[in-house]
Amino acid sequence: MASLAFPASARLSSRRFVEAVMRAREFGIVAVLVVFVVVTTSVQPRFFDNQNIKFVFSNAVIYALLALGETVVVISRNYDLSVGSVLGLSAYLSSDLFQRAHGIPIVGVFAVGLAIGVGCGAVNGAIVAVARVPSLVVTLATLYIYRATDVLIIGGGMVVANTLPGGFLSIPTSSVGPVPYLAIAVAAAVAAAAYYLGTFRPGRDLYAIGSNPEAARLAGVPTGKRVFWGFVVSGGVAGLAGVLWAATYGTIDSTAGYGYELTVIAAVVVGGVNIFGGSGTVVGAALGALLLATINQALYVLGISSFWDPAIDGALILAAISLDHWITVRLTSALRKRSVRGAA
Amino acid sequence: MVQPEATIGVPAGSAKAPTAASEPVARGAVAPPRKRLRRWSRLALRWEGALVVALALTVALGAVTSRQFLTASNVFSNISLLYGELAMMTLPMTLIIVSGEIDLSVASTLALANSLVGYLWVQHWPMPAVIVCVLATGVACGALNGLLVTRVGLPSLAVTIGTMTLYAGISELVLGPAIITSFPASYTSIGVDPVPGTAGLLSYSALAYIALAVIFALVLHATAFGRSVTAIGYNKEAAQFAGIRVKHVKTMLFVTSGLVSAMAGVLYTFRLSTAEANNGTTLVLPVVAVVLLGGVSIFGGRGTMLGVVLAVLVYCGLQSALLLTNFNSNALELVTGGLLLLSVLIPNGGELAARARRLGGRHLKGGL
Repeated sequence: MASLAFPASARLSSRRFVEAVMRAREFGIVAVLVVFVVVTTSVQPRFFDNQNIKFVFSNAVIYALLALGETVVVISRNYDLSVGSVLGLSAYLSSDLFQRAHGIPIVGVFAVGLAIGVGCGAVNGAIVAVARVPSLVVTLATLYIYRATDVLIIGGGMVVANTLPGGFLSIPTSSVGPVPYLAIAVAAAVAAAAYYLGTFRPGRDLYAIGSNPEAARLAGVPTGKRVFWGFVVSGGVAGLAGVLWAATYGTIDSTAGYGYELTVIAAVVVGGVNIFGGSGTVVGAALGALLLATINQALYVLGISSFWDPAIDGALILAAISLDHWITVRLTSALRKRSVRGAA
Repeated sequence: MVQPEATIGVPAGSAKAPTAASEPVARGAVAPPRKRLRRWSRLALRWEGALVVALALTVALGAVTSRQFLTASNVFSNISLLYGELAMMTLPMTLIIVSGEIDLSVASTLALANSLVGYLWVQHWPMPAVIVCVLATGVACGALNGLLVTRVGLPSLAVTIGTMTLYAGISELVLGPAIITSFPASYTSIGVDPVPGTAGLLSYSALAYIALAVIFALVLHATAFGRSVTAIGYNKEAAQFAGIRVKHVKTMLFVTSGLVSAMAGVLYTFRLSTAEANNGTTLVLPVVAVVLLGGVSIFGGRGTMLGVVLAVLVYCGLQSALLLTNFNSNALELVTGGLLLLSVLIPNGGELAARARRLGGRHLKGGL
């Protein structure tokens, strides 16, 4: 209860300071993005044409969506490694419905994908929250289990594009100018999630749990419940992403979304979300996904072999976490100075 | 908590987080440390006992479902050859997880070693020089991880996700789209032939695993270095104050991990007699899964080499047994996932039942 000893004004100003830096962190990603776009465009003006911008957005959309869900889990100091497998399962089972249930409306397919994701997320969340098992282990296990389920259901088959209705396949491609509708929808979802997490009690609770799970529990936060719902959100979002994946790529076999989990966590980390929970925003994470997509497309446009992609992504991840660490260290020392001054 | 002892500890202990530096004190106040320690070793024995039972069941299952299972050719080609490299990588991973860190870059280091062997070989380097250079690269990869974790102070989970991508990326840069298969038979035979004098049972990778497993077990359980690894994993601050060179120890662990992964990469190359970008990068999560299955706590401080060795055997045995029954080979990871889930759920079963009984009243006091 030591913090009560500080004058309210000191606490308020330090909080404002924290907020300012948090905001600056997202500005940092935006700045890197802008620099990248400007430099690439000056070298190769073709980069800024409609087709390319559309490519960047449609590549980023699925990762941004997954990053949204992952962030909800990561800020509560948990991890969801099963997102790639959930995406794969949902992509196949939902798109297969066009063949199995003729005339099913597209909305119905999305609902099924969402339901599959929510189901998988609920299993993760229930095991983590009720059995109190570390989520890294649980979701590593379900990563394999969901993927194997997918493989066993599919067998050797696959869904091919000509079995999917045109209206479904055109969802990712229809756009206003260079911006796909889907990108706008995802941006709206990210904004809504950011507002919810930052404003409402369950969202703030997730941050509290991530900062110090024990303290949050003692403060009366229903940690199990909140963490459970975090996993449900992450699973549901991955389920939706699976349907979008199906619409984007058209051909779905049992490898859909394979290996996505670590890329998504990379995007989340690049986006300034603390890997040990407690800080970071979904906006940052989505921007992290956009940045990775932009860089990959920029390399392509510049004629640099795509063999450079992972090396640069890796270097970028290391740079991002180093920067994040540097900011945190400075922030902590600044806050300590402030509280010393406030106490005196 | 991953492991059994948590079920016996005070209920509050169940919420142990990787941070809680002060927690051992709080828990110690309830159960005297020495008594708890005895419980620990008993329960650890019980966990390894469970793995022995699982191994016996696996062998029985394999023998019942297929007559081939217990033949030397199956043991050699479907177990010791197929899983030798994976098994090797579980050894340094065990030490790293016991020390409270993680290394997700091991499979990418293996992939980089694979590409580099191919690249240097077509540059007409003599094979011994190639191997030395590749092992040195492995050491460098590990050293970079260690440096970023200990000197810069970054979380290893994030660092090694980054270097995982980076090393796999470098492996792509080294080889590009080339696929190299022109290795001399004198070396590729190392990858596919049994070691002479082992009754045709052991591959060179399996022999390397056994030799390394003995060394790693001795290091972890019988040396001051091993004790300090465990101490760091249990409580980093306390280890620091006890005079353990935490940064030095951790750096050594990451370097060892890089070296062993590169060794595995060389053997992997000889086994497949192929060098190709991104070969084997998917091995990382199975390695972590097997270590956790072996009873190593993801939060560090706890785990035995015996448990991990047993877990390797259960994992390989079960997969091999299923393969012989024409199980869809792409769904074999069901075994990994299922075992992993059971390994965390079973030890928590007692606590789960207790919590279910408590459910109803005691909302606020539940955890206290």
